[in-house]
Amino acid sequence: MPGLLPIDTLLIVACAWLAIGAAGLVAPRNTRFIARTLFPLGALVGIVAGLVALGSLGSPAQTAVLAIGLPDLPFHLRLDNLSAVFVLLLGIVSAGISIYAAGYFRHPGQGGQGTAPGVLCVEYHLFLASMLMVLLADDAYAFMVAWETMALSSFFLVTTDHRHAAIRQAGYLYLLIAHVGAIAILLSFGVMTGGVGGSGDYTFAGMRAQELSPFWGSVAFLLALFGFGAKAGLLPVHVWLPEAHPAAPSPVSALMSGVMLKTAIYGLLRVSFDLVGMTLWWWGVVALAIGLLTALFGVFYATVQSDMKRLLAYSSIENIGLIAVGIGLTLIFHAYAMEALAALALTAVLYHCLAHAGFKSLLFLCTGSVLHATKERSLGKLGGLIGPMPWVAWLALAGVIAGAGLPPLSGFVSEWLLLQGFLFSPGLPHPWLNMVVPVAAAIVALVAALAGFAMVKFYGIIFLGQMREPALKDAHDAGPWERLGLVWLGGLTLLLGVLPGTIILRIDAATQQLLGKGLADRVAENGWWMLAPISPERASYEPLLFLAFIVATLLFGRWLVRRLYHGRVRRSPAWDCGYHFQGPRAQDTAEGFSQPIRRIFEPMFRMERHFPTLRDKEPYYSVKVEDHFWYWLYLPVARAAAWVSTLITHLQGGRIAVYLMYSFVTLILLLLVARP
Amino acid sequence: MTFSLSGFLGQLFAIVLALALAPLLTGWVNQCRAWLQNRGAPPLLQPYYMLHKLFHKDVVLAHGASSLFRAAPFVIFGCMVLACAIIPSLSTDLPFAPAADALALVGVFGLARVFIALAGMDIGTSFGTLGGRREMLVGFLAEPALLIVIFTVALIVQSTSVATIVETLAHRDFIIYPSLAFAGVAFTMVSLAENARVPVDNPATHLELTMIHEAMILEYSGRHLALIEWAASLKLYAYSCLGLALFFPWGIAERDNFLALLAAIPLLLLKLGIGGFLLALIETINAKMRIFRAPEFLGTAFLLAVLGMLVKLLLENRV
Repeated sequence: MPGLLPIDTLLIVACAWLAIGAAGLVAPRNTRFIARTLFPLGALVGIVAGLVALGSLGSPAQTAVLAIGLPDLPFHLRLDNLSAVFVLLLGIVSAGISIYAAGYFRHPGQGGQGTAPGVLCVEYHLFLASMLMVLLADDAYAFMVAWETMALSSFFLVTTDHRHAAIRQAGYLYLLIAHVGAIAILLSFGVMTGGVGGSGDYTFAGMRAQELSPFWGSVAFLLALFGFGAKAGLLPVHVWLPEAHPAAPSPVSALMSGVMLKTAIYGLLRVSFDLVGMTLWWWGVVALAIGLLTALFGVFYATVQSDMKRLLAYSSIENIGLIAVGIGLTLIFHAYAMEALAALALTAVLYHCLAHAGFKSLLFLCTGSVLHATKERSLGKLGGLIGPMPWVAWLALAGVIAGAGLPPLSGFVSEWLLLQGFLFSPGLPHPWLNMVVPVAAAIVALVAALAGFAMVKFYGIIFLGQMREPALKDAHDAGPWERLGLVWLGGLTLLLGVLPGTIILRIDAATQQLLGKGLADRVAENGWWMLAPISPERASYEPLLFLAFIVATLLFGRWLVRRLYHGRVRRSPAWDCGYHFQGPRAQDTAEGFSQPIRRIFEPMFRMERHFPTLRDKEPYYSVKVEDHFWYWLYLPVARAAAWVSTLITHLQGGRIAVYLMYSFVTLILLLLVARP
Repeated sequence: MTFSLSGFLGQLFAIVLALALAPLLTGWVNQCRAWLQNRGAPPLLQPYYMLHKLFHKDVVLAHGASSLFRAAPFVIFGCMVLACAIIPSLSTDLPFAPAADALALVGVFGLARVFIALAGMDIGTSFGTLGGRREMLVGFLAEPALLIVIFTVALIVQSTSVATIVETLAHRDFIIYPSLAFAGVAFTMVSLAENARVPVDNPATHLELTMIHEAMILEYSGRHLALIEWAASLKLYAYSCLGLALFFPWGIAERDNFLALLAAIPLLLLKLGIGGFLLALIETINAKMRIFRAPEFLGTAFLLAVLGMLVKLLLENRV
């Protein structure tokens, strides 16, 4: 479109999303119109947003000032390379999810209950538009308004099935933590405007110009880490994530896990590399340590879950932890002005954001299809779905391989880059950092391997084996819309896996903007097929050749075996060492599969178990795994809050004279404090 | 990328050699073990007879078997061939080597492991899922240990490319790096676990309480089983060559050195022969552990590997 700047196009995109949402209110109960017309339109708009962002990567930043806002406080917007990378992520991933949603929301609110589809359509597109505005905002005011809109619209999306008390509770927990985080972000912005003696300029440009002392800079960074960490799911403010993600409808879970968590990463990157204007090495250590703990915690809990969506939610915590590890490493390198290495680590961060957005959305959507087909989300009642649902099963396999961080799909590329970054950490000019930081790589390796365990559990128990319930025979594969959405995200996972060079060339503009250096020169030097961030002698990875080799061996081997011998197949019952009790209950349950993990890492979990005894008439075994943080941190805080509240109720005596005295005392105090 | 005909032929030769030698290595280990245990030894070529026999047989497929079950043997075989193609056994002049460095090599093994564990779970028998679960249990501890071993070596050499590691290590003067000693012990322990050997697993057992690898492949037959067995021996070969490349790289030929290539073949056979004998010795003097001792064993390997890395960072960075 000539004469139309990318930022203008993106504003049109945001308006289009809002308009599509509003159109849903025209016929709020007409599922067919909303699902088959409005959601595909939203997907189309998402593709436009992605393409515009892709096109604007590498060009100078553009700004705009909107007429809306408060008097004298207009919204400032800015599209630079960092925003563009995340807008690209938002557009491309949300397009896949919207296409899928066109097929998913076919029954009004899943059985006539819950939110009407029209209202859902409003909330969904408002959510998309608010995420876009978060990425474009260029002042604290616009950012916070968009951030809050995002939190509220996603709250209503989470509580779509608000008839269930558990879902309402999950929603309120999410809302609470989102707001605690928002307060921290607001305070962080406040610190960055310079406080009392500062300029008070609330635009991001003003914050960049502000010179902060190291103390206030650290305060701003830590507040931002806490605030954005609460949205991203970093320890210890992660508890909402495994509650809210399973509660929401699957496309919403996919959108939250795939895209919304990344807006928090965007915010953290924006504050720590752009707005604060300084970097201290210990910030990196803090981010690295929190990231490692989060990743370990997430993956341990992911392996022991019995609900498929909770498993994925914990896996998201793990991936966010890995991203935080990457941010920490970038900060450490950046603080010592080792920009080439910082660029390597930051590329790993951005790449993992893209990769995780793709494969986690894909997996959440697959659980949506399974949920639709079977009405079950407990792993213990699934099994053998690769038979009736081959499309979903094979696409989920792509997500699982990427999620386990295995080549040649997307998750491996970022993990590989991250480990390469760690290999350089012994060169840090600090006496103990250069010894401790490399050891963190050992934990990253452990996390990656455990993620494989969790993913095999997820896939094996849902899609393989015998069906654990007879009703599963009637399961049906995903419909054409759902399939299209899954294929879109599966294709994204494959592309991110096999074409890292091409993609790094595009997203490198963001790295260069933040650090002044990037990997693009190296990538361009070695050719698009090869990933060699430093030099081919040092380390290289060519996923396309890798994939081609395995596929060629596979096909050639198959052809040769059939040519030299034969391709005969006979069917018979399973052998199983001659053991003939082969019912579905002889398989591992979800709990059984993770039993070794629970046993080896027992202190990590808070478990309530019931073992059958010899005298039981109806013996049963049950295990309930809970989060230590809930008991160590949240319940004490909640109790303290309740205790303080009871103290405060004493102020409320119900007598007007006392209340008047309160006002009087307050007035006197204010006059004393605000004396000119 | 320097691409030459000689390099390409050398690559092809390395792959063919791996395919041909891998069952022989398995046969040799079995023979050594039989001698050490005072049994009559099977012929050296027994694994080839087995493969031939299995390829001839019909595939007997369980009723519930899915397409993934049928594809998995080929995928696993492809992964192992790729692993053998990028580990320098005779020469470091391998055009495929840039496709995957040592970290990606760990990924290849991981990919094969995920596929075999999923295939084990596919039929839905009790043994299959048990095997899949145990394989992933062994894997999640062995994989990071292997990664840290490679990390330590990579820190010494400043490269994760296997070819560069071999070229650098083979050229240095003979110094004993204490970190490499730790890494070597950890690598040996990981190799035992990864190749389903005593004391973690027993390749000769079908006892339900002890098996890991065999439990997953119980339902395979015919050509599928042949491919899996072949892939298992390729894996042993790959691990042996990786160990030799990391810790005893002397004698591996470099670019455009045809004479050294000729000399490398008997040297490789000698090294593999000694390695195979030592493996049989370890298997003979050890007993199979309970499955819940395996995490302790592998945890030790992981800690040894981390210790090796710390030793590297604490002591050798100062030199």
